[in-house]
Amino acid sequence: MQELQTILKEAVASLSSIESPALLEECKAKYLGKTGVLTEHLKALGKLSAEERPLRGAEINQVKVAIEEALRLQREKISALELEKQLASEALDVTLPGRGVGVGGLHPVTHTIRRIRQLFSSMGFEVADGPEIETDDYNFTALNIPENHPARAMHDTFYLDAKHVLRTHTSPMQVRYMEKREPPYQVIVPGRVYRCDSDMTHTPMFHQVEGLWVSETVTFSSLKATLIEFMRQFFEQEELKARFRPSFFPFTEPSAEMDIGCVICHGEGCRVCSHTGWLEVLGCGMVHPNVLKPLGIDTERYVGFAFGLGVERLAMLRYGVNDLRVFFENDLKFLTQFN
Amino acid sequence: MKFSESWLKTLIQYNWTSKQLADALTMAGIEVEALESVAPPFSGVVVGQVLSADKHPEADRLKVLSVDVGETSPLQIVCGAGNVVVGMKAPCAKVGALLPGEFKIKEAKLRGVASFGMMCSEKELGLKEDAEGLMVLSAEAPVGTDIRQYLQLDDQLFTLKLTPNRADCLSVLGVAREVSALTKASVNLPSIDSVPLANLPPRSVMNEAPEACPLYLGRRIRLANPKTPTPAWMLERLERSGIRSHGIVVDVTNYVLLEMGQPLHAFDDELLTGNVVIRFAQNQEKLMLLNEQEVSLTEDILVIADEKEVLAMAGIMGGKTSAVSDNTSQLFLEAAFFQPNSIAGRARRFNVATDSSHRFERGVDFTNTAKALERASALLLAVCGGEAGPVVKSEHTLPQRKACLVRQQRVERVLGIKIATQQITELLTQLGMTIEPHDQGVQVTPPSYRFDLAIEEDYIEEIARLIGYDEIPELTPVGKLNMLTQPAQLTMESLFQDRLVARDYQEAISYSFIGEEWQRHFSQQQQALALLNPIASHLGIMRTSIWPGLLQALQYNLTKQAERVRLFEMGRCFYKNNQGEIEQPKKLALLAYGNVVSEQWGEKARTVDFFDIKSDIEALLDKTNLTFNASQHPVLHPGRQATITQLGQVVGYVGELHPRLVKAFDLSQSCLMAELDLELLSTEHAISYQEGSKYPQVKRDLAVIVDEQHTLGAMLASLKPLITHPIQDLFLFDLYRGAGVPQGKKSLAFRIVMQDTEKTLTDNDIDSMVASVLHKLQSDFQAELR
Repeated sequence: MQELQTILKEAVASLSSIESPALLEECKAKYLGKTGVLTEHLKALGKLSAEERPLRGAEINQVKVAIEEALRLQREKISALELEKQLASEALDVTLPGRGVGVGGLHPVTHTIRRIRQLFSSMGFEVADGPEIETDDYNFTALNIPENHPARAMHDTFYLDAKHVLRTHTSPMQVRYMEKREPPYQVIVPGRVYRCDSDMTHTPMFHQVEGLWVSETVTFSSLKATLIEFMRQFFEQEELKARFRPSFFPFTEPSAEMDIGCVICHGEGCRVCSHTGWLEVLGCGMVHPNVLKPLGIDTERYVGFAFGLGVERLAMLRYGVNDLRVFFENDLKFLTQFN
Repeated sequence: MKFSESWLKTLIQYNWTSKQLADALTMAGIEVEALESVAPPFSGVVVGQVLSADKHPEADRLKVLSVDVGETSPLQIVCGAGNVVVGMKAPCAKVGALLPGEFKIKEAKLRGVASFGMMCSEKELGLKEDAEGLMVLSAEAPVGTDIRQYLQLDDQLFTLKLTPNRADCLSVLGVAREVSALTKASVNLPSIDSVPLANLPPRSVMNEAPEACPLYLGRRIRLANPKTPTPAWMLERLERSGIRSHGIVVDVTNYVLLEMGQPLHAFDDELLTGNVVIRFAQNQEKLMLLNEQEVSLTEDILVIADEKEVLAMAGIMGGKTSAVSDNTSQLFLEAAFFQPNSIAGRARRFNVATDSSHRFERGVDFTNTAKALERASALLLAVCGGEAGPVVKSEHTLPQRKACLVRQQRVERVLGIKIATQQITELLTQLGMTIEPHDQGVQVTPPSYRFDLAIEEDYIEEIARLIGYDEIPELTPVGKLNMLTQPAQLTMESLFQDRLVARDYQEAISYSFIGEEWQRHFSQQQQALALLNPIASHLGIMRTSIWPGLLQALQYNLTKQAERVRLFEMGRCFYKNNQGEIEQPKKLALLAYGNVVSEQWGEKARTVDFFDIKSDIEALLDKTNLTFNASQHPVLHPGRQATITQLGQVVGYVGELHPRLVKAFDLSQSCLMAELDLELLSTEHAISYQEGSKYPQVKRDLAVIVDEQHTLGAMLASLKPLITHPIQDLFLFDLYRGAGVPQGKKSLAFRIVMQDTEKTLTDNDIDSMVASVLHKLQSDFQAELR
């Protein structure tokens, strides 16, 4: 019989080189099995004296525990290796594309209207909506544009019949909104408008956002502050320059045209601003008493401002689109760029 | 309105540069749309006179000129122009001259002959795009004078984009007044003296429309030399205002129109019969206009007539028969004031807008009318010689200029800036207004040429624009803070948009008008509305459905090689209802074409079908109140379409495009479409929490065979009363036809989900519930357990 320490050495050595669970079991049997080497030693205990037996027994047991520990370690090692192998075999090419339903997107006009809505909502403007086929009365007369007024010629109106037109601006909603409510008013109206005009910079349909704020405190200086702040927030340019020029709209007095410093060239001069450094972005003014008075509003107490801005114009500037017509071609190659 | 600065400077002197003036005008509301030089920069070009022209010894086409440029000896210049004649005057670029395009003139030899300069055409000086031959200068042109000085080429052209309220600026005089208000320099009106009167018998005027024409002046003028050419200085000013020459008479009337803003009209006096009559036209009275357009007049058209016929549309355009010609030697010259509202809109109606109608419909200064007539008479007599008869006048009630109180406090209330009464007085005085003091501010009377000032706010604008809008501070508005209610409709629309985007739809926006050929397919239910003046025939009908727009977008994208198109659009549709009223409901439409998901690896491609788009609709609407029933929409496949019904109300349609239209639209496969009327949808969606049960849930499957004719909808409807506590849910999870199921029948597999809130369900409970479902199916649909 071999010496116990030799057995232990041999056992540990052979166990640690085994990589398969079956061989490991075989090896275990070789040492600890019924006919195992160590078992032989145990069987031999009976031949020893009563004094020697416990000492020898403890010695054998020590070796047995050591082998079992080595066996356990090797078992763990093997299972760790096996897991590693399995995981390696399960590895994916994670660079393959994801599968399933994709995501679509909103039209850039909708994105822009939402942005405008959020900015004005945060300042307390309500959002309203109105008809696109308007009566001649709401579209013109109620806005201080009587029949035959030269301003009507500026509008290139689509007519349905003698009384009905496609609204040429969102301004009729000023009257529709106010006639149903009591002042103060603070509202914006986004929507489609129509003009009988079509070229690079005009489409027969486009979008406007009308704004109206009538209260006991607003003035021309609040109109300036509100619109300058809006433009700065919209274009995310804190230093954006702005200027107001006198203009004419029959339904505002005083009337103004707002220009902002070119958001493309920052005033250096470029094609977009026709090398002027300025961009015309909206028309505005103080609501004309001829609009308020027929609605029974006390114009001594209430003064207001109104503005109308072109949605596509702002979208074009924000996204760098240079042709208005592409907004309504519904080319997926265009639309998906805003997703 | 276009004019040259040199003309303006005959009326007012100021120290600003052209650019400064343009900026100041723009910021005062007189928008300068363009400011351009008359000529590009060049130097060293003088008036030259051709003294002799000899044939070039070596070249047939060239001539050797001797040109006097005002120096001690003439220059020898080789020239190839065809129009060279001895004695003519033309621009001559001397050696050292720099022409447009950095073209430097040097001493040169042309085919062996030395040349000391170049004779120039208008093209070479950058005055015109094209030119044939040399620029011919007037015989009076002083030899040796710099051409820029002689032709006033350092002049600047102003183009104004005037708003309709500022008709007073539609003349050089009007602009000068505005410049005066800005610069405080004074306007020097040209001195206008009455011409000496000759003994020409006057032609009487009968004014039958004194309200529409409160002032009418006319006189006969006999021209001694009616064929005298228009003087160069006048031609140049007209040309720089974009007006072409039409002979001296018309040129003078145009000149006075531009200078003073008063339209004039000259009739050939010898072609008039009897008195001049101012009246409204009779219906269908005919007039051949100057532009050879024959118009049929109506009773609201003011005309100038004689005793025989209509001569002119008053203030708009003259007639052809009474027009002046090259041979006219006796004129009847008219200067009138027509009320804006008796002219407005008419020119546009007949499509004959003129410089005259443009001014009359906005308002012409009636205190200038007589002066303008004298000015034109004087100019004509000065150029052509001749004599003028006495002025015949018909004057009635002219517009009144009413005083208006402008309160200092109101100025502050509107503008948000305090302006002293004294400053208000100064500013308004600068604008030619008459000011009276008042304890609250000032009483202002506007000048006769301002037709746009009526109420206090009008004057507040005048004050603001002279101060400069930029000088008004920006003050953050102060207001009451109110929480805003969220409009349910708007919230719903945003939710739908977001959900459809999440389901891989792209939002489209198409025109609200479509072509008739498209509308024809879609108009069966509603009466469509047509535009009276569409921009093109394919954009002439208001859409009653969004589908045509989406189908056009589909076609467009297919031509651009798209294979899978999924679009939605939200917007109004338009039609007349049975009562003849216009309805314009907001709709939402979907279109899906191609594979259900984009082409991808590891997944078998499948074309989108009815049930895919149905599920998109189900994702938008509250399913509990939603049913789909077979329908007959003519645009959809008769066997693959359904109404979408919410709470018993049909709110839309879903289905596959009719194969007939698939073919008509040249699509290679069908597409799925849905449309919802958003205004019919219930926006109420009260969510009420149901507590979950702690007892176990039981599922049982039940497969039955029924005849094909039975729809699932009918079966579920009949089972509906049974789906009550403790049955939580009952739904179809499999549909099978084929082996094991007889022809004409189908196998449906239902899953029944049961759960009690009070106890664990016993086998007995469960079996009896399943049995009741089966029993119902057997009795109502002759179902057989599979």
